[in-house]
Formats: sequence, structure tokens, C-alpha cells
Amino acid sequence: MHASARPAVSVNIPPTATSAANRETPAALSMRMTISKVNFFYGSKQTLFNINLGIAVNKVTALIGPSGCGKSTLLRTLNRMYETVRNARLEGEILLDGQNILAQDVTSLRRRVGMVFQRPNPFPKSIFDNVAYGLRINGSKVPLAEAVEKSLRHAALWDEVKDHLHKSAYELSGGQQQRLCIARALAVEPEVLLLDEPCSALDPISTAKIEELLVQLKDLCTIVTVTHNMQQAARISDFTAFLLIGQLIEFSPTPQLFTTPGDPRTEAYITGRFG
Amino acid sequence: MSSNLRWRKFVSGFMLTMTGVCALVAVSVLFFILGYLVFHGGTSISWNFFTKLPAPVGEGGGGMANAIVGSAKLLLLASLIGVPVGFFGAIYLAEFGGGATTFVVRYAADLLNGVPSIVIGIFAYGLVVLPFKHFSTLAGGFALGLMMIPVTLRSTEEFLRGVPRALREAAMALGASKWKTVATVIVPAAYRGILTAVLLAFARVAGETAPLLFTAFGNRFWSPGWDQPTSSLPVMIFTYAIAPYEDWHRQAWAAGLVLLGLILVINIVARAILARGIAVPRS
Repeated sequence: MHASARPAVSVNIPPTATSAANRETPAALSMRMTISKVNFFYGSKQTLFNINLGIAVNKVTALIGPSGCGKSTLLRTLNRMYETVRNARLEGEILLDGQNILAQDVTSLRRRVGMVFQRPNPFPKSIFDNVAYGLRINGSKVPLAEAVEKSLRHAALWDEVKDHLHKSAYELSGGQQQRLCIARALAVEPEVLLLDEPCSALDPISTAKIEELLVQLKDLCTIVTVTHNMQQAARISDFTAFLLIGQLIEFSPTPQLFTTPGDPRTEAYITGRFG
Repeated sequence: MSSNLRWRKFVSGFMLTMTGVCALVAVSVLFFILGYLVFHGGTSISWNFFTKLPAPVGEGGGGMANAIVGSAKLLLLASLIGVPVGFFGAIYLAEFGGGATTFVVRYAADLLNGVPSIVIGIFAYGLVVLPFKHFSTLAGGFALGLMMIPVTLRSTEEFLRGVPRALREAAMALGASKWKTVATVIVPAAYRGILTAVLLAFARVAGETAPLLFTAFGNRFWSPGWDQPTSSLPVMIFTYAIAPYEDWHRQAWAAGLVLLGLILVINIVARAILARGIAVPRS
């Protein structure tokens, strides 16, 4: 569906990304999350088939694939957001720090696994209240002003908004709103941050800022991002999973996946032959 | 120009004029009613009208202070019943309900909305007046409250549904429970719409007469208590309009003017609240 928007060229791997990750294999690292034998259904329609995947600690893992391949669905299993959809059903096991997330209280799970959505979705509240929201509903005892400043700094937004924290979040630009949403998610100090095509509604400059930000943020938490932009996956991720019609075709260190793909379907996709 | 084209132009012009005339009629009815009320009742509106009790038959002057206070008490009671039930029921429909339950509740609310007000009056008579053996303010407020429920419920539900799904997801992704999401994000995002819904429901029942005829009944004097009959503006208009006295007719017109003025003000306030914009951009 996005074929027309994407140039059909192979992807250049930045040298830093290559040297950082090329010897690492997913199996050799400690895992924040482990997805095993996951099957997913909407009603009677199966959309994920036997997915096995490890999410490495403090790395960026990208999920790529054509529209409808199940990458967003897979992302939404990690914080159980799929449960907001009627008739959605998951089989299999997903571990967070060795504990099955399906057996946990869903609200405490979501405090540990934050999420940023495709379109910026700040609350109709002030900038400050947006960031403080998660802390307030958790009854957190930390001083709010400090926590808000810290999160906004992490999201590289502090300098732009520090003088008008009490203005409505809707007065910010789209890119700023998305960074505000990242700050809001970071405020509750999640272990994992999920991003569902966080840049698809943004202009190139805002996109570049957010990409840069994500690379910095991996020291703070483990990041899983969905993207249909392969260059973006190549630029920011350490590991890339390629999905096709609900199946995990290939999962390798990003440089490897983009230079020497192990599966002909991966190669066909990253060289732009379909998608 | 061919005759065919001329005919088509004529039809087009004629239909355009027709629609304009009908639109004008629709609008002018309101101003005609207003003007008529001012013409007949304007002169009877004075300070006394708002502060004095009705004068005995044959004596000029007097006012409708007891009816104004009575209407206020009835509407207060009605709001105490209609607003919470409608509001929380709407939250259930928009946020928690699903499938068959939602359908049944929504359908029942629509039917209740269509129940003739006189039937609501009889119902309140049987349920409240008969056991207490008294016409009372309570019974009248109860009847009006029942009428407020479906209006508040359905329009509040619409405004809650209008809150984008993205906001719900944002709150839930931060670990908010369903109720927390509703209370801290969805209701605040929809509060203007909800306030408008409540005001319009209020205005709707403010002019109801039939349900009050045999619940709140009427009273020539100050109502001695909530469990006693009370006067109200709509019933006062009814009583005064069918009386054979010229003076009373003028006062009925004046009461009509006051009532219509109240409803107009509420409507304008409601529109103004809504026109300041829904805070949430539609995506």
C-alpha cells in the first residue's frame, strides 16, 4: 500500500549502527521481554502465527513489514492494548522480566510498558498536566514539578516549553506534541517503551528529531518501534523483525537484515519489490 | 433561449424561492410568538409581578412570586433526579455497555423520551401522590425528573462518544483503569457538550404543564413545604388563561413571556458554551 511513497532503493546503513550491533545476536543478550508461540485472533480471523521473539534490554527493536502484516498487532500484545478491542484473543506466552504478562494486573503492566501512538494524542490539558497525568493517577509521591521537568528534558522538549508549561498542549506543533506524548510516557519510568509508527504523521524535521531522541532514550529504557519506513528502521534500530501476513519471517541484527537478509522474502521487501 | 431552458430556469427559481419562504416561516414563528407575548403581557410585567402573591379575584394587581419560586423548586428537584441518572447512565452506555444491553437501554430511553408528558404525570400521580395522599412539590419534581432522564442520557452519550478513541488509548496505555480514564480524560474532554445537554434538558422540562397538573397541582399562596402543593409558572398560565377575567389573561401572557424568556436565555447560554468549541480536535 505504501509502495508508491517509498523509493525502491536499498538502504544505507550508518557506520555507527553497523559497528555497534554487528557482532551481537539477539540470543546472546539479556532479554527484557520474550514472546513465545504467540497466536493472535480477531474473532475467528487469525492475524499472528506462532511468533517467537526476544526484546533485548536497552536496545531498539524495530518491527517492519507491509501494511496489514501484523506488526502493530504484535506491538499491542506487549502492553495488552489489544484487549480494548472486542473479540481479540491471544494464545501463547509473553514474559516481561521472566514473568508472564498475561497473568498480571493490566494497569500495573501498562505502567511498566509505556506506549506512544501513531498520531500525537495529548490530552486536552496543559503541557504540565499531560506529563504529570501518569504520576497523578498512580498516586506517585515524587515531586511533580521535578519529575515533569526530567521527562520533558528526556524528550528533548524542555527548552521549547519551559516558559509556558501551563498552556494547552494543543498549542504545540505536531512534532512537539509527539515529543510531549513521549515525555508523558517516560514520566512513569517504564521499563519498555512501545512506539506505533511514531513519525508517520510528522514532517521530516520532526521525524529526524524523534529518531535522534529514540537512539538516546535506549539508555533509559528498552524500545520497540513499529515502522513502515525501512530507512528509519535502519537508522535507529539495533534489531529488526520482518513480518509478513502474520508470520515472523526474519529477525536479526539490523545491519545484517538490511545487508545480507536470510530470507528471499525479506530481500524482496527491503529492495522495494512489494509492500 | 429555448423554451425548455426557460422552463428549467423558472422551476429552479421557483423552488429556491419556496425553500427560502419556508425557512422564513420557520424562523418568524418564534419572533411572532415573542412579539405577541410582549404585546399582550409586556405591560403586566412589573416589579410586583416578581414579588407579590396572586391577588384575590376582582382585585387588580398582584404577582406570581409563588409560581416563580415554585417552578424553581420543581426544576431543582427534577435536576437532582434527571441529571445524575442521565449522566451516569450515559457513561454506562458510551463506555461500559456493549451489545444487547446498550441496545435495550438506548431504545428504552428513546421510547421514554416519546412518552406523552401527561402519561408521565399520571404515573407520578399513582406512584407519589396517591401513597402520600397529597399533591406535592416532590411529586411534581419527580415527574419532571423522569422527563429529564432520556434527554440528558442520549445527548450526553453522544458527546461522550465524540471523544476520540486516541485519548482513551493514551490514558489506558499509562495504566489508567477504565473508570480513571472516564473520570480524568473522557468526561473532562466532553464537559462542554455534557453541560449543554443538561441545560437543554432543563429548558425542555421548564415549560412542561401536563405532568404538573395532578402532581404539583397549584397553589394561590406560598407552598408551605416540599410535601405540599405548589404553584408553578406553566400551571399558572393554564389556570389564568382559562379564567373569565381580563386581568388574569394579561397576567397569563406575562407569565408566558417570563417562561419563554427563561428558556431562551438557557438555550442561548447552552449554544454559547458549545460554540466556544470542543477542546478536542477531531482526527
